[in-house]
Parts: sequence; C-alpha cells; structure tokens
Amino acid sequence: MATLIAPEHTSAVEDAEKLQKACKGWGTDEKAIISVLGHRNAVQRKQIRLAYEDLYQEDLIKRLESELSGDFEKAVYRWILDPADRDAVLANVAIKKLSPDHHVIVEISCTRSPEELLAVRRAYQARYKHSLEEDVAAHTKGDTRKLLVSLVSAFRYDGEEINTRVANSEAKILHEAVKDKEFNHEEIIRILSTRSKMQLMATFNRYRDDHGTTITKNLEGDSGDEFLKTLRATIRCLNDPKKYFEKVLRNSIRRVGTDEDALTRVIVTRAEKDLKDIKELYYKRNSVSLDQAVAKDTSGDYKALLLTLLGKED
Amino acid sequence: MALPVHIEALDKAFSGIGVDEKSLISILTNSNEEHKRSLRKGSSKLFIEDENGFERWDQSSIKILKHQFNRFRDAVVLSLLHPWERDARLIEKAIRKGPKHYNVIVEVACTRSSDQLLGARKAYHSLFHHSIEEHLTHIKGRERKLLVALVSAYRYEGTGVNEDVAKSEAQILYEAINNGDKNKLLDHEDAIMILATRSKQHLQALYRHYSQSYGKTLAQDLEGEGILKDTVECLCTPQTYFTRVLEAAVKEDADEESKRALTRVIVTQKEQLVQEGFVPNKIQDILLGLYKDFLLASIASGDIK
Repeated sequence: MATLIAPEHTSAVEDAEKLQKACKGWGTDEKAIISVLGHRNAVQRKQIRLAYEDLYQEDLIKRLESELSGDFEKAVYRWILDPADRDAVLANVAIKKLSPDHHVIVEISCTRSPEELLAVRRAYQARYKHSLEEDVAAHTKGDTRKLLVSLVSAFRYDGEEINTRVANSEAKILHEAVKDKEFNHEEIIRILSTRSKMQLMATFNRYRDDHGTTITKNLEGDSGDEFLKTLRATIRCLNDPKKYFEKVLRNSIRRVGTDEDALTRVIVTRAEKDLKDIKELYYKRNSVSLDQAVAKDTSGDYKALLLTLLGKED
Repeated sequence: MALPVHIEALDKAFSGIGVDEKSLISILTNSNEEHKRSLRKGSSKLFIEDENGFERWDQSSIKILKHQFNRFRDAVVLSLLHPWERDARLIEKAIRKGPKHYNVIVEVACTRSSDQLLGARKAYHSLFHHSIEEHLTHIKGRERKLLVALVSAYRYEGTGVNEDVAKSEAQILYEAINNGDKNKLLDHEDAIMILATRSKQHLQALYRHYSQSYGKTLAQDLEGEGILKDTVECLCTPQTYFTRVLEAAVKEDADEESKRALTRVIVTQKEQLVQEGFVPNKIQDILLGLYKDFLLASIASGDIK
C-alpha cells in the first residue's frame, strides 16, 4: 500500500499558482512546496507541470532546481518527475558513478513491472540519446555486465502460469551454484533474467522446500566479489522486493552519516506503491518506526518532505 | 491422346514457384480419361509406374505440390497478420525448426524498428505465454547468447554517433575476428555487446570505419560465420542481406526453405523493395499463378502508405 496522501480532486492551475508564489521574490517558501507537491500523485504532478508551463512559460522543474539546494532539491527533483523518467535519471546517475551502483540498476530492472521497465528504457533514450543497455554495457565489465545487461533488457512474461518441472530443475541449478560457488554464471543469469516473476517465485519456494532455508540466506556472508553482490541483490529483489527495500532503508539510516541518496530513492520510488508495507517490515525488524528513524537522522526541509511522503498528516 | 504440348504445360504449371492455376484448369477440365492417362504416362516427374499396372503419383511430388499450393495461402495470411503477431510467429517457428532457421530470428530482431521489435515481444507473450528469451534459452547451441541479446535490444534510433567510439569498437571486432579464435566469436562478450546494444547508426559508422581501417568490409571478414554475418548485414547493410536471400530463393536448386523466404521477405519488406530495388529480375519468370500475382502486386504497391 502507498503512503502518499493525495486528495482526489485538485486544481493543477491553483497548485501551479501556489508554487509560483512560493518561488517568487527573495527566498523560497519550501513549506508551501512540500505542502503542494508532497500531496500529489504522479498524474497530478504532471498536470501541475503542464499548467505551470502554460501559465508562466517556464519549466517548473528548472525553476525548482534553481530555487532549491542540497538533499532537499535532489529529493524534490526526483519526486516531481514521471516515474519512468525518474527511474531513467536514477539509472543514469548509478551508471555514471566512478564505481557504478550496480544494485540500483538491479533494483530498477527487477522491482518494476515488465511494462514499467519498457517505459524506463524509452524514457532513458529520450533523455540520454543512448539505450539503457548500451550505457550499462559500456560502464560495467565481466559477468556483472552480462547479468546487468540481461536484467535491463528483459521483457518478462507477466502471466501466472508456473511450470513445476522447471521450478524443480532450476531450483537445483541455483542450489548447485550457491553451494559450490563454482558458479555457472551463464545458467544463473539465464534463469534470473528470462523467467517470469511468478515462475521465479515458484523456483525460490521450491529451493526453500528442498533445502530448508531460503536462497538469500544461503547467499549471505561473503562480500567482496562484485558479481556475487550484484547476484544477491538480484535474487533479493526478485524474491521479496519489500524486504529488500527495508534492508536498503535500514542500511541507509544506520550508516554513520545517512546515505541520503538511498533514503531518497526508496522513499520517492515507493511512496505511491508499497511504502506502507515496507514501513511495517521496518518496524518489525527495528522496533522503531521508519518515521521516527528518518526524523532522527535528517533535518530541515529534506526531513519535512520525507515525512510528508511517509504519510505524515499535516 | 494428350498432345506433348499439354504434357509440357502440365509440368510447367508446377515447375516454378507457385502454381499456374489457369493453365491447370484449362488442361484438366478439357481432358477426358484417355487424355489424363497419357498426361500421367508423359509426366515422368510426377508419376511412376506402379507394379499393379497403373500410373501412381510420386510421393515426393505430392509433398512438393503441397508446398506450391500453400504459397498463396501463406502470402495472404502473412500479409494480413498484424506485424507484431506476424513477427512473433516467425520467431517461434524459427526457434522450433532449428539452427538452419535462426537467420529468421536475426532478420526480425535486426531489421525491424525498436518499437516493432518490442511489439513482437508483447505479441509473443500473448500467443505463447512465455517471453522470447525464455524459449530461446532452450537452444543448446552457441548461437543462444547472441540471439537472446538481439531480440532483447531496444536500440536508440536517433542520430548522433561518437565516431571515436565507433572506430575503437571496429578495432575490437577486428581483433576478435582476426586475432582470436574465430570459432569462439559467438562467445566473445565484447563483440556481442557491441552488436546487440549499439544503435544502428553507430554500427553503420563502425562498419565504415572497419572498411577504411582494414581494407575489407566487416561482412567479408565474417564470411562463413553464419548468423554473425547475417547479424552484421541486417544491421548495417540490410539491402545486401535481403538481396542475397531473394537470389537464393530463385536459384535453380533452391530448397523449400530458401523459397519460403520469398514470401516472407517480399511481404514484410515491400516498402523497402520498391525503393531499394533489390528484387531479382528472374522473379518475373519463375513465379507462377496467383502467388505471382500477389507478390508482384505487393511489390508494385509497396509505397502505398
């Protein structure tokens, strides 16, 4: 369930006017920005941008970029974009880092629906004049590259059908790979990047039934190997995305100095999807609410925006 | 008694690609039993002497005739299908039929626009309840990786090519072909990445750099490399690929699969055929009947938008 609180009927023109007022003159009324944008869904935000462009012949996003700064600006920028465009930006940021954030690529390609991933690929091309897969290929190497390119290129069948024979045989293959660490990388990549999500769930369940422990538990422990790390993230995202996001949040807050990029990314991308469920998982795991943890670890307008997206009533 | 000219006409009616229906109607409806008997006796290609004293239709001829009569049907069906369903079915059939047909997969993946290929992938889901990638993974051969990569591509279609990158990637391919183990080309990760992820404009620039730098074309260097050569041609010089396929179809000793390519290429490429003019002249003589009418009309109307 989503955490975003957005009224059903809004006026894009009124909202655009409020935002223009917030940016006018000296200084910026960040609270006004949060109170409008923090309570609008993707469709509404898009209408506001169009209305703003219409009324003031200016790109709202560019305006906000110039008025705001720091983590708050980054968060607003990501929040206001269309989901597909946002994912394209996140992917590009992850790829272009000196040491690419492979797990972000995994996250985007594995937790979005097949149609959503297609939309991301289109948005990426529109923005960056390259295909997503060619940029991933150009900035990664080895088996990690093979895995990531396959994941971003996948167009998984979206149906419910499960083949138990396949689940059985592929659970075996995965177990061999995990156990021996003599990874037949080709086979793992094939299974993880081509099977439908339902089929993979069946395979992971079969794995658990056959071996008494989940595949992700069996993958825990050794760090270091970049391919292994990326593989673990892949399986976690496919197996139980909410649990994966809880962990990302937990790690982002726990770190000495919050990992604002990760915190922003998860909250902004899940607020309209399943952030409520993730919050419940967070509470179960950490005995403190996500809201509290965020409030403690962040400050100012950035904090205010995050808490609003987390469902704080004004 | 059937005149020799009738026997000849009967043979001719079946001896091209397609069937001369008009000729058959005129011969057969005007023949009584006597005539037909001498037609059978005179047609050594179609009939053989059975030990029980009658002219029996030769089995392999019946098979050929089946193909011949189906050509018009196949052209009609292929023509009417939504392009997405059409391409999905072409791919599915190619996967099922095996390695000799993988060039069709390459053809569809590499000569359609990015959105058309996406459409084919969606249609594949609806029709076959699996993704193309899933079905491809049942191929045990070494072509699998390349084929999966090609069908998964959503290539950028804008202009703007980084010539330096194109040149350096031409070098990577050159080294892979000439310095490495040519047998391992299909496993060469960098080569596959380049061919499967770069835009067609980029690859065409790469193709130019390759010729300029090494004095031969990339396609020439891949002579004998089956689907790798097909891939490069389809992406960089599609007219060369299609010309080659069409000429193979109208050759004297063309097999059934080569002939089937006629229908596929002409129906799917008719717009380009008119512009590029790569239909062999021989086609006028070798096609027969309604099938001929259909294909020639397709080509003629090719630029109707």
